[in-house]
Amino acid sequence: MDALIELDDVEKTFVVWTKAGRLRRTRTEVRAVDDVSFSVEAGATLGFVGPNGAGKSTTIKMLVGILVPSGGRISVMGVDPSRDRVAVARRIGVVFGQRTQLWWDLPLCDSFELLRHVYRVPAADHRARLTELVELLDMGDFLATPVRQLSLGQRMRGELVGALLHDPAILFLDEPTIGLDVVSKEAVRAFLARLNRERGTTMLLTTHDLVDVERLCDQLLIIDHGRVIEDGTVEGVKQRYGTERVLVVDLEAPGPPVQIAGVEVTRSDGPRQWLRFHRDRHTAASLLAQIGAEASVRDIAIEEPAIDDIVRGIYSRGDDVLGVSAR
Amino acid sequence: MGDPGTTAGAPGPTTAPGATEPTTAPGTVAHLRIYRRFVRARIRADWQYRASFFLFLAGQTLVAGADLAAIAVIFTAVDDLVGWSGPEVAFLFGASGLSFGLCDLIISPVEHVGVHIKAGSFDTFLVRPVGALWQLLAHDFALRRIGRLLQPAIVLVVSLRLVEVDWGPAAALLVVLTVVCGAVIYGAVFVVTSSLAFWTVETQEIANAFTYGGNVTTSYPIDVLGTWLRRITTFVVPLASITYLPAAWLFDHPLPSGLPRAAAWSGPLVAAAAALVARAVWALAVRHYRSTGS
Repeated sequence: MDALIELDDVEKTFVVWTKAGRLRRTRTEVRAVDDVSFSVEAGATLGFVGPNGAGKSTTIKMLVGILVPSGGRISVMGVDPSRDRVAVARRIGVVFGQRTQLWWDLPLCDSFELLRHVYRVPAADHRARLTELVELLDMGDFLATPVRQLSLGQRMRGELVGALLHDPAILFLDEPTIGLDVVSKEAVRAFLARLNRERGTTMLLTTHDLVDVERLCDQLLIIDHGRVIEDGTVEGVKQRYGTERVLVVDLEAPGPPVQIAGVEVTRSDGPRQWLRFHRDRHTAASLLAQIGAEASVRDIAIEEPAIDDIVRGIYSRGDDVLGVSAR
Repeated sequence: MGDPGTTAGAPGPTTAPGATEPTTAPGTVAHLRIYRRFVRARIRADWQYRASFFLFLAGQTLVAGADLAAIAVIFTAVDDLVGWSGPEVAFLFGASGLSFGLCDLIISPVEHVGVHIKAGSFDTFLVRPVGALWQLLAHDFALRRIGRLLQPAIVLVVSLRLVEVDWGPAAALLVVLTVVCGAVIYGAVFVVTSSLAFWTVETQEIANAFTYGGNVTTSYPIDVLGTWLRRITTFVVPLASITYLPAAWLFDHPLPSGLPRAAAWSGPLVAAAAALVARAVWALAVRHYRSTGS
């Protein structure tokens, strides 16, 4: 067992009572997580993607020991978090994008000092690490500011430091960039990428922003209705599902949409046309030759599919993910 | 197993392969230390709103004064309440009030667990390597509740000077035990009733019926309550033993329901049992925690 994190057929069901009449209630079982299995190697970065309510957060919460699974087996660094939550908690860091772990009314540095005692970090180690993190995230200016007065971007940097002061082996991030402006998002991503590169910190993150996945993750896990519907590398998913490319051609003069079998003109704007084609059926070169036979081409560009579109495609296909996209 | 991978020097213990996993939660002393730090942090934070703190304290002192006056009126107008003298009843009032005040100061923050569950902040307690209950108690600690200790403390001290008791080490010990065990038993009731919040929301009113309601029943000799209610308070909710039994022993009154006199010393046993039950219920409740969406 070399993986740092392992899940075998993990399930979480919630019992929901709904009112049916004055006193009677009906019991419904909701499977928030259904037979999820995957593993994460040390040093990997895993992106957890899925629509709201897909079971991402529930899975993360079982991994960190907040929720007890209804079935299956979880091992985080060899420990079952539902049996020894504290042992796992000592060695992981958790950042929730939507709730703070800092002391709201106290200066940021007070939170760090309290966390030092929570994780029992020796004073010298703590000082060295804090200095390093504060410098990396450029936080010197607001260390003495009460957390409630920080901007969201500043606070998120504070949350990251708070989760990393005890040098955890794994960092769990639940929507770490939610609500941040572009600059703050970039700062957080750059920091996390560096943390993974330089310290080898394993990361699991849930996000709705696929740029996070493209920038940070080498492993992508798509989850929907509590089931893993895709587990692979980000590149692999692109290869597998991103079978469509778009060729953008600039013609010498505006003309009617180009007619080629199996190719769809999705947009045209004056002399510029967008042609969507299937990677396996056409090549950009063959298309260009066919277009060139009828009109003269000034310029071309090829658009790679964005992971965003791919994932959207996978969601909408639901359970038929393995079916080849019909064209 | 337990391979921290490429991460250099990850702190914390590694679980031995194949070992049956013990709970590596910090011990009570370590918890008390963290609790103290968290409480101090809370007080520092609250100090920013000190005007509200002092206003609350002033308000509470006023209420306490009015309460005190009411008690004085009752016990000067009626100098005998079902065989108990005024100071004796005042002792009941003071000891039970002090127990309750201590519990209110230290344990009652557990009531807010429902709020934390709804807001999702309970999650953050659970990701730290410290017991969730300790964090909760410290997080919602309110120093202003100390005001509730003042009035029963005065009543208790005054009553102790007026009652006719043959003071010896045993009697003094019993008074201290009564107050401490009372606080523990109240605290256990708080923890158990608050644990309901893990199963249903809006349980606070049910909980209050036991906790705050319990405070009223122990403030008066339980004979003023009907037989049925007396049985309940004696055996079902063991609130009576908190102050009534020790007081009856101190003042040489017969114990209710034909209990032997030694029963007056049952406080520590009842308190220990209550604490164990509370701990078990809390642990069970936390395992039932459902968290909230993201």
